[in-house]
Order: sequence, then C-alpha cells, then structure tokens
Amino acid sequence: MPIHDQSYRRYGGQRGDPRRVWMVIARAGIVSVVRKRAFLGLLFLAWLPFIVRVVQAYFSTTFAQVEALAINADTYRTFLDQQGTFVFFVTVWIGSGLIANDRRANALQIYLSRPLTRAEYVLGKAAILFVFLVMVTWLPAILLLLLQGAFAGSFTFLRSNVHLIPAITLFSLVEILVATLSMLALSSMSASSRFVAVMYAGIVLFTDAMFAAVRGILGSTGLSWISVPASLEQVGDAIFRTRLRYDTPVAVSLVVLAAVVAVSISVLDRKVRGVEVVT
Amino acid sequence: MPLPQPPSAVADPAAGAAAPAVVALDRVTVNYGRNAALREVTASLTGGAIGLLGPNGAGKSTLLKALLGFVVPNQGEMRVLGFDVRRQGHEIRGRIGYMPETDAHIPGMNAVSFVGYCGQLSGLPAVDAMQRAHEVLYYVGLGEARYRNVETYSTGMKQRIKLAQALVHDPDLLLLDEPTNGMDPRGRDEMLALIHDLGHAKRVNLILSSHLLPDVEHTCDHVVVIDKGSVAAHGPIAALKGPAGRVFELRVKGDTVAFLDLLRREGLQCHATDEDVMRVFVPDDRGARDLFALAAGSGIQVRHLRPSVPTLEDVFARALGEQ
Repeated sequence: MPIHDQSYRRYGGQRGDPRRVWMVIARAGIVSVVRKRAFLGLLFLAWLPFIVRVVQAYFSTTFAQVEALAINADTYRTFLDQQGTFVFFVTVWIGSGLIANDRRANALQIYLSRPLTRAEYVLGKAAILFVFLVMVTWLPAILLLLLQGAFAGSFTFLRSNVHLIPAITLFSLVEILVATLSMLALSSMSASSRFVAVMYAGIVLFTDAMFAAVRGILGSTGLSWISVPASLEQVGDAIFRTRLRYDTPVAVSLVVLAAVVAVSISVLDRKVRGVEVVT
Repeated sequence: MPLPQPPSAVADPAAGAAAPAVVALDRVTVNYGRNAALREVTASLTGGAIGLLGPNGAGKSTLLKALLGFVVPNQGEMRVLGFDVRRQGHEIRGRIGYMPETDAHIPGMNAVSFVGYCGQLSGLPAVDAMQRAHEVLYYVGLGEARYRNVETYSTGMKQRIKLAQALVHDPDLLLLDEPTNGMDPRGRDEMLALIHDLGHAKRVNLILSSHLLPDVEHTCDHVVVIDKGSVAAHGPIAALKGPAGRVFELRVKGDTVAFLDLLRREGLQCHATDEDVMRVFVPDDRGARDLFALAAGSGIQVRHLRPSVPTLEDVFARALGEQ
C-alpha cells in the first residue's frame, strides 16, 4: 500500500503577477543558451577585442613610449564596428531558433493559452537575444571606458568626451533593436532554424554585396541605404559625431532602419498567433 | 498574488435556477474567409464535464480556439468563467488549461522541466510549479518517464504530457481537444479514466471536444452537438437520450429504405447504423407489436428485434439528421 497516494490535488498557493510571465520565458531562454559550451566559446571570442583594447589602454596610459596607441573617442566607434561581426554571429546562433523551434514543436499554442499576450511572448523571446547582444556591444564598450579612466587615474578623458556614454548606449540600442527584431521576424516565418539562419545571413550579406557592386560601378556611396549594415554604420557615425563614411543622408539611413523595424513588427504581428488561419 | 475574482456568473436558462455558466456564448459567428466555421452559436454551459461533439470540420476546435482568444469572432459575445473573452483574455487564460489537438511541447526539455515551465508560465512560483509538475506527471502516468526528453515520447505519452501541462496550474476549466487521438486501446481507456476522474472525483470543469461518441459518453454528463457550425443539440446526456426501453434494434430482410420511409411516415424516429441494423424510437403509446404489424403490412421480414437503451449515438444521429 503506498504511503502517499500520488493523485491530483487542487493548488492553494500564491500565484505571481501574470504581467511578469515574459520574464519566465527570458530566464529559461538565457539559461538554455548559457548551458551550451560552444556558445560560451563564441562569447569568449567576442570578448577578445575587448581584452586587446584593455591591454592597449593599459600600455598607452602607463608607458609614455607607446602614447601613439592612446585610445581616443574614435577608438570606441571602431571597437563597436568590429563587434558588429560578433553581433551577426550571436544573432544567427541564438536568434534563428527562438520562434522557429516553437513553431516546429507547435509550442505557440502552449504559450498563448497561458496568461500571456502575443506581445509579451515576443518580448520574452527578444529579451534573450537582447541580453547576449548587450554582452558583446554595450557592456564591453562601457567597461573599456571605465577601465581606461581607472588606468589613467583620472576621468579627464571621460569628462572631455562625455558624449561617449550616450553614444555607445544609443548606437548599441539601435544595432540590437534592428538585429533582434529582424531576426525574430524571420524566425517567426519558418519552422526551421537553419533556414532562418541562412535567410538572415543572406539578407545581410546580399544587401551588403549589392551595395559594394553598385559602389564599384557608379563610384559613389550615395546608395549605401540599400545595405542594412551600411545604413547602420552611417547612423553610427552620426551618433558618434565622426565623419560620415557614405554620401547618403543620415535621415535616409535612419528611415531604412526604421522600415526594417516596422516590417519586422508587422511580420511578428501576423505570424505569432495561437492558430494560423489559412483562408 | 491572488487572481481577480470573476464577475457575477451568467445564469443557465436551461437549468432554471441561477446555476453559474462556465461558458456563455451569445450569437457567436466565426468566419474563415468566406467559410463560416461557427454560425450564431448561442449556448450556456454550466460546470461539470461537457462534451463537444460533432463530425470533423463541425467547428468544435474553432469554438475552443475562440474561447482561448486564438480566433476573434466576427460577431457575438463570449464569456468564460464570467470574464469577457474579448477584453479579459489574461484573466481567462490564467484560469483555464488547454490540451491542444496536435502534438505540442517546448523543444529541448524533459517532461518535468516542460510541465514545471508551463506552471511558471501560468503564474506559479518556480518551486511550486516544479512540485506540481512531479505530482501531475505521476497522476497522468508519466512518473517513471518524467526525466526523459519529451521529443522521445510515443504518441500516447505525448497525449498524457499535454494533459499534464494543462493541469499543472490547477485550472478552473479544462479544454481538451481530441485527447485520445492516436492512442492505443489501453492508453485510450486510461486517458478516458483520467478525464472521468477529473470531471467527477476531482470536480474539475472540463469541455471535451471529440468526434468519438464513446469518449464523450464515458466521460461527460452534458453534451453540445455541433454540426456545420451550429448547435444541433444541447443538454444533459441523460435528458437528450430520453427514457430507457423505448428503443428497438431491428434487422429486416427486404427493402430497408422503403421500410425506413414507412416508419417515418408513421411518425417513428429511426435511423440505420453501420451494421445494417436500424434503431427505431417508439412512443409510449406504441410497442414492438406495431413494428411487427408495419413490417408484415409492407412485406418485410423481421429477422431480429431487440429492446435497447438510448445511446449518445441516437442523440447524435437525431441531431444531425443522419439516416
């Protein structure tokens, strides 16, 4: 005879705030990503440029002989440009399966039959990618800024370049927002994460290659808006107040990025549903 | 945090008294493009075990999806547990458990993590969700397999885990969409026993959508028969069946179709079953002798006549007008 009858019983405990359910999705997603050793390897690679810059900052502030290596405001712009490569790989690695895997396993109806809106579901999924993209853009850049001040023993550099903190934050946000929403939109369109990864890479590389071809033919950079990465670079230059690298007006590049975000939101609105109605 | 309390429940006109309606539908219409999936469905479903019965494509799943807010009706009002589906979806989905028809799970998780995660998604604290995950997995018969990845489960086990995830947060209303699909006979019996236990011993309100009459008859007290998007019959199964002892099973030799026509002209309800047996409903003032007399008068030989009890199949056939 069993000591305790394993049966169904009513639940009398407390329930959490249903508006925070998206955090459950985000937390579970982050934990599952962190458990992947290969991804931790990629994360380590993404921090190598930071380590190199820290060494550069240390030597340039400690030894007068290598003052030529001194870090200036442009270094941060260059650093975030370099991190763009890792933003791409992290986005493809984590983002491609975020919604596609749920579509494959019909999990959307499990999620959306809970006290969770479609927007909250997307928010939870976006938060997973957001956290890791922050870890390869904003976090190392801000840490570098703080360490540079610590090595120099003063915050003179930071005081004279006070715009760097909002610039790093704003550019990182723009880059992360575009990458996160566009990847989630693509992920919501297929049940295959591999297909999504190829699609994302194709869009990024194809638009960039097209711009390179047009640039080679016309000898002008006025059509940089056809490339999403180039539009991001142009907007980044404007945010960091550095010389614009393309002839395209910043407003046009901004419109391109805004259009990518708007289209992504529209796709998510149509695809993230408990049931797909085909008429 | 306590869940908000539902507003005053809707009275069930059929019940006469102020029995609380678990689901109240008022002229609900759902169109998929030009096709009407639900046509002005009006019903008030009180608590207990309710069967949603109808042939494939009748609109049963659409109704469940409309109750969940997955499908927005083109017209009409729906209330679940006293909450308005259109405006209070959060409150409703916090109180209901849904077992979908198709295979559904969260990829990359074992059973206990999956069910615990679903509990958290429904607002349970992580510790409570995990504890209840273990309990409901034992309850549905997956206790020994709870650390296995869900993707390695058989079809029957997947059905059970779908039930577990729908139960983990102790819902006030369970929506079960074809819960015995793809199960072997033994697994099906066990699943039906679980559903019967939930609806009767555990007093969980449930709506079971199925096209299988025995499933509904075994587990439910009330039934809503849906056909072509409309409610064809609605009420307690016992009442819909009618009094016992006035149904006869008949097997005849001769022109069966002509004999059925004759019975109908005589005002008797009847329908033929798959096994060449017809079932005839005889009013109180008539009996088996009348059937023999009618058969003899039309040159039909009665090979078999047996008193029977009304079944849900009779209700279904009458409601759908099948012959």
